[in-house]
Amino acid sequence: MSQSNNNAGLASPTGLASGLGGQGMREVVAIIAVAFIVIGGGEFLLRAFDVPQFILPTPSAIGAVFASSEMATIGQHYGYTLVELFAGYAIGASVGLVLAAVITQFPFVEKVITPYILLLVTTPMLALVPLLILNFGFGYAPRIIAVALASGPMVMINAATGFRRVDTMKIALARSCGASTLQIFTKIRVPMAMPMVIVGLMIGAIFGMITAVGAEMSGGGFGLGSRLTTYSSTLRMPEFFACILILAVTGITIYAFFFWLGKKLAGWES
Amino acid sequence: MNQTTDKALNVRGATKTYGTQTGGVHALKDVDLTVRQGEFISIVGPSGCGKTTLLWSIAGLHKLTSGAIALGDEFITGPHPSIGMMFQEANLLPWRSIRKNIELPFEIRHRRPDAARIDSLLNRVGLGGFGDRMPRELSGGMQQRASIVRALASDPTVLLMDEPFGALDAFTRDEMNKLVEEIWLESRKTVILITHSIAEAVFLADKVYIMSARPGQISRVIDVPFPRPRSLDLMETREFFDLVNLIKHDIQHQPKVPNAARGAA
Ligand SMILES: Nc1ncnc2c1ncn2[C@@H]1O[C@H](COP(=O)(O)OP(=O)(O)OP(=O)(O)O)[C@@H](O)[C@H]1O
Ligand SMILES: [Mg+2]
Repeated sequence: MSQSNNNAGLASPTGLASGLGGQGMREVVAIIAVAFIVIGGGEFLLRAFDVPQFILPTPSAIGAVFASSEMATIGQHYGYTLVELFAGYAIGASVGLVLAAVITQFPFVEKVITPYILLLVTTPMLALVPLLILNFGFGYAPRIIAVALASGPMVMINAATGFRRVDTMKIALARSCGASTLQIFTKIRVPMAMPMVIVGLMIGAIFGMITAVGAEMSGGGFGLGSRLTTYSSTLRMPEFFACILILAVTGITIYAFFFWLGKKLAGWES
Repeated sequence: MNQTTDKALNVRGATKTYGTQTGGVHALKDVDLTVRQGEFISIVGPSGCGKTTLLWSIAGLHKLTSGAIALGDEFITGPHPSIGMMFQEANLLPWRSIRKNIELPFEIRHRRPDAARIDSLLNRVGLGGFGDRMPRELSGGMQQRASIVRALASDPTVLLMDEPFGALDAFTRDEMNKLVEEIWLESRKTVILITHSIAEAVFLADKVYIMSARPGQISRVIDVPFPRPRSLDLMETREFFDLVNLIKHDIQHQPKVPNAARGAA
């Protein structure tokens, strides 16, 4: 319902404007009001009951971390986390995408390979991190491998669902125009698979982030995950929660990005 | 028939067996068919008698088990640029705008789309100004009109239509039939129309081919004598009604060995 409203809005500039002016504005106001109540209410309750900071810090104490000198350290370690995430995800997602596109063209191969993919999907890659550290040391390598192993199969299994959607009539249409196998792939199969590909990319990215942070908590001494371990063991709860907040915002950003990408590339499927 | 100047469509001894797990399905057996250039024929017959199989063979979408198909003096061995195809339910790609859908055949053949022709065709079918809309923003009838434009945009010699209006309501269907006749009168394409509506088959065609099932064969050919241009009022006349009933009766009482009447016209 709201989807089709949005689309009508995008089709005509006036619709878009009125959408923002009317309902959109009300939504923004409501979102800000609720956030204000939750944060303000939390602050008030924590102060009123005099909850110790090492149990739960106040929002203002967490906010203060972002202005403190500790922020430089946190920022630096956040950078390490992002490097692992991007590198591992780039490897995992591209291998996952290519595998999905290729094996769905060969049902026999797909049947043989699928159990192993499912195995990779269901195995928590975090459990493998100690083993990876043993083999690859305490640097980036074990983490990047863990991220790739966590995100790749997620991307692959969702994208494969997309690539398996064959529409005989659409393919016949392309063939009747003289399309080659490659053209059928790029002009029919890829767009048909796109909605599921984007879902896979999003889930893969979020799993990748979780795995990156978890791997950092298992050792190595750098990255936001290792900061979490340090802060919690030294009871520096405002810093701890500041890191959690950063990770939450990162996750939401990933989600929002793929939501936007989905609208742009697969908006035709409502 | 002069085949060197004329791009007649010739089907000779077309036979097609599908291999399935439970054995072969004899979908077509020894089908002979000649469609003169600029002629409009319809094919009717019971469900599963092999109409789509025949049309796909002509479109070069699959190979015959035996027999041959030629357009003029050229054998059809695969999709041919002079043969355009319209599918059931418009078959537009939902992720492309109407214009991008119409340009697809050009894109695939690495040719520049003929923008002027596309625009005039869009206007011709009453879709002027709808080029940038997405398919789902259009009604079923409008989508089917867009797919007519897609099939005609590259100016094929032959137009194949497989139950193009089956999913439309009766009024829209009449409208589309009128439009197809008008466009055919203007462009004089060679047209093969497959339909389940005998009235539609008679209204549009010069000849109606009746097929029988298992194995799929042409059992009878009926000439449609009504002058053109035809108006929708024709469908109310006695003569039209009688011809439709004759065909209906023929399909319902198909002989067990349908060879006798083959090529009657
Ligand atoms: N790909 C296929 N594999 C096996 N059998 C097939 C295949 N396609 C069609 N058939 C069989 O061939 C016969 C003819 O099918 P076809 O689709 O040509 O019939 P049709 O006249 O177009 O039917 P309808 O009017 O229902 O569209 C049917 O018995 C069908 O089951
Ligand atoms: Mg059919």
